[in-house]
Amino acid sequence: MNLFNKKHSVLPGFGLGLGYTLFWLCLIVLLPLLALVLKSSELGWQGFWETVSTDRVIASLKLSFGASLVAALINALFGFLVAWVLVRYSFPGKRFVDALVDLPFALPTAVAGIALTTLYAPNGWFGQYLEPLGIKVAFTPIGIMVALTFIGLPFVVRTVQPVLQDLEAELEEAATCLGANRWQIFQRVIFPATLPALLTGFTLALARATGEFGSVIFIAGNIPMVSEITPLLIIGKLEQYDYLGATAIAVVMLMISFVMLLLINGIQWWAGRRHGIR
Amino acid sequence: MKAFISKTVLALSLALSGTAFANTSILNVSYDVMRDFYKDLNPAFQKSYKAQTGQDIAVQQSHGGSSKQAMSVVSGLEADVITMNQAPDIDLLAERGALVPKNWQQRLPDNAAPFTSTMIFLVRKGNPKQIKDWNDLTKQGVAVIIPNPKITGNGRYTYLAAWGQAQKAGGEAKARQYVESLFKNVPVLDAGGRAATTTFMQRNIGDVLVTFENEAEMVAREFGRGSFDVIYPAVSILAESPVSVVDKVVDKKGTRKVAEDYLKFLWSPEGQEIAAQNYLRPRNAQVLAKYSKQFPAIKTFTVEETFGSWKKAMDTHFKDGGVFDQIYAKR
Amino acid sequence: MALATNQTERTAATTESVVVRYVLTGFALVFLTLFLFVPLVSVFWEALAKGWDLYLAALTDPEAVNAIKLTLITALIAVPLNLVFGVAAAWAIARFEFRGKALLTTLIDLPFSISPVVAGLIYVLLFGAQGWLGPWLAEHDIKIIFAIPGIVLATVFVTFPFVARELIPLMQAQGADEEQAALVLGASGWQTFWRVTLPNIKWGLLYGVILCNARAMGEFGAVSVVSGHIRGQTNTVPLHVEILYNEYNFIGAFACASLLAGLALVTLALKTFVEWRATQQHKGDAVPLEARARLASAH
Repeated sequence: MNLFNKKHSVLPGFGLGLGYTLFWLCLIVLLPLLALVLKSSELGWQGFWETVSTDRVIASLKLSFGASLVAALINALFGFLVAWVLVRYSFPGKRFVDALVDLPFALPTAVAGIALTTLYAPNGWFGQYLEPLGIKVAFTPIGIMVALTFIGLPFVVRTVQPVLQDLEAELEEAATCLGANRWQIFQRVIFPATLPALLTGFTLALARATGEFGSVIFIAGNIPMVSEITPLLIIGKLEQYDYLGATAIAVVMLMISFVMLLLINGIQWWAGRRHGIR
Repeated sequence: MKAFISKTVLALSLALSGTAFANTSILNVSYDVMRDFYKDLNPAFQKSYKAQTGQDIAVQQSHGGSSKQAMSVVSGLEADVITMNQAPDIDLLAERGALVPKNWQQRLPDNAAPFTSTMIFLVRKGNPKQIKDWNDLTKQGVAVIIPNPKITGNGRYTYLAAWGQAQKAGGEAKARQYVESLFKNVPVLDAGGRAATTTFMQRNIGDVLVTFENEAEMVAREFGRGSFDVIYPAVSILAESPVSVVDKVVDKKGTRKVAEDYLKFLWSPEGQEIAAQNYLRPRNAQVLAKYSKQFPAIKTFTVEETFGSWKKAMDTHFKDGGVFDQIYAKR
Repeated sequence: MALATNQTERTAATTESVVVRYVLTGFALVFLTLFLFVPLVSVFWEALAKGWDLYLAALTDPEAVNAIKLTLITALIAVPLNLVFGVAAAWAIARFEFRGKALLTTLIDLPFSISPVVAGLIYVLLFGAQGWLGPWLAEHDIKIIFAIPGIVLATVFVTFPFVARELIPLMQAQGADEEQAALVLGASGWQTFWRVTLPNIKWGLLYGVILCNARAMGEFGAVSVVSGHIRGQTNTVPLHVEILYNEYNFIGAFACASLLAGLALVTLALKTFVEWRATQQHKGDAVPLEARARLASAH
């Protein structure tokens, strides 16, 4: 394990924990992904580049990642708020609300998409009030963001919640004694402690949103260059039995996601060290 | 742990499949909206097969998007028979993995398609926009709902129908112009036939929905007959749903005889009648005459006579960078 | 246990004014109503649009019953696998410093960012008849895709990060002091894990498992590619929902979807029950004191 340059620790189980982690990671994730990358390499560099650099693909990548980013930000903000309210305040029906949070995962994504479209279509429950205001949600990029916010919500709430629960009141009491007001305490004590969890939630919501297909497809409108997401292009390739083209686009998505996630995880790791939270 | 898991999986798969494989069974891999039809047809076939041979036979069904299903069969889904909504999906089986011979379409009558359908229009009750024929679809202010031709058979047939009728009237350049202005009137390109129907019927978007004749009947069953009008254009495309035995699979499983009988049953008067009851146009003239009330006469053209072949149509129009993509790249 | 103490011990000094509380709660509830509650209601609304009889008929259809069975079996295999992995990964990542940690975490996250369709496709590339291992598998008559193993594999893949990612931030926030103390006092590694670590992380673990389970039961895209859609055999509930929808059976589709939502609610009810039992048991327990000592030493 010298390879990983582990710092000394009295705790046992590093080898076992990491070993098993790597074994399972390779088996379930890395090997299949390797297959994907190798398959796309059959195209050759030229073919690969031609496949992924068309206007359609680039427009869809911008849309997919842009909408995902917005959705993840909305989720970070409101997810934190929801977690906060669930942990700290009591109100009637709290248990029920708490239970609801996970449902976007359980609902098959297609059903979520159909339900959201029903609500936001011009004649839907929400759409009929938005339409006169000139706001179109369904069949526009805004609809995509709504769907992506829906499917990513549980991530932020559920990663922040346990950490908030574990924060001890004594710390805040101490800060109050030292003369800090609530906002200062939030900024200096509570927020830094929950930041890693919040970032994790944000990252996961973002990651999940970029690849999402089922729920988006119903609400997006799917007009090329306007509201066409990247996974739809992959399906389009598969419909032409073009495995190679499909894997090429998939690999590009994979690489962008990888870099993005690595960046966020890097920041988080660095921030964690700086705050001595590790 | 691993051994335990694999044993569990094995036991579970046996438990799940055990009952299904109690007697000879064949798997029919089909496309989405055919469930109602085969739900009616399979028991009839089982009865007739039992009467002829004294044997019980189980027919399993798999439904999904047509091309996706074909791909699954190529990847190893053990279909004894494959029943698709367009010929290229079975050609694929010949090209990759040689699951069927190249001449599969000649092995059965009628291009191996036991029944047909055609593309027709659904309009709002009373036809407020006065839509009578293809030319009305490109008028300003008319919104047309068509599923995405890149990924749905429904959309592909609609596109080819639109192109073909315009080409018949004024040649290729006209056809291109027509299709271009048609898709300018399409506000949503849904990812499936059913999604397009929902957009039209439930979301109340669009003035016309172009869809299969037999789907109009399903729409009526779900949404009620009074909620829309069906308009037959003067000319439309002949949608042939081809079928084939998957040779490689039936030879391995020893089910060739049953599978062939199953497909032949589709052409039997009984099978044809079940098709007609499901609003699929039967090939059998007598059955067609019997149900003529529900099948108004309409002039149709086939993909082969208008586009040369399915392969040519796919390559010119729906391939990446093909005509359909060019229409959208232009905007 | 932290949950119970937090609420009872919160004093005026450590909470916000009434106005702030109401405003924040209000915002959170409005957001949840718009984005969660109403969409859910609409699912049940559609499912029951034509009355209970049709709703129940849709659920007791033999194909639906088979789909439900398969979905439960899949979740039952996939969730424990990811649970073991998640704990191992969180232990290694949250308790030790080593080079390449951010990279490892990123690799664990990757399955989320992969489009479910691609997730299914990679198994077809590996195990399909035209795939790398396909010919070998066919020779030995082993079925992976278009059978249960393929469905389980795809499910494990899409739910891969849940438990690990739930635990890592929690364990990082908690720190390793308690475990170190236990070791110094002579406990063995496993004893420390079972007696100290596990009780500390159990709520996070439970959340992870619940999320993982919900997603495992609800996954559509990846499973759709590897399932083969054989009715009564390899159709999971989400696949069944899609087929019903495409067959113009709106009621049936939404009935099965509402069932998945219901299953998720059952797991959550279980969680709440376990939580409640735990607080009952731990009333007057010494653990909160221990936790306080931990925090005092940490800061």
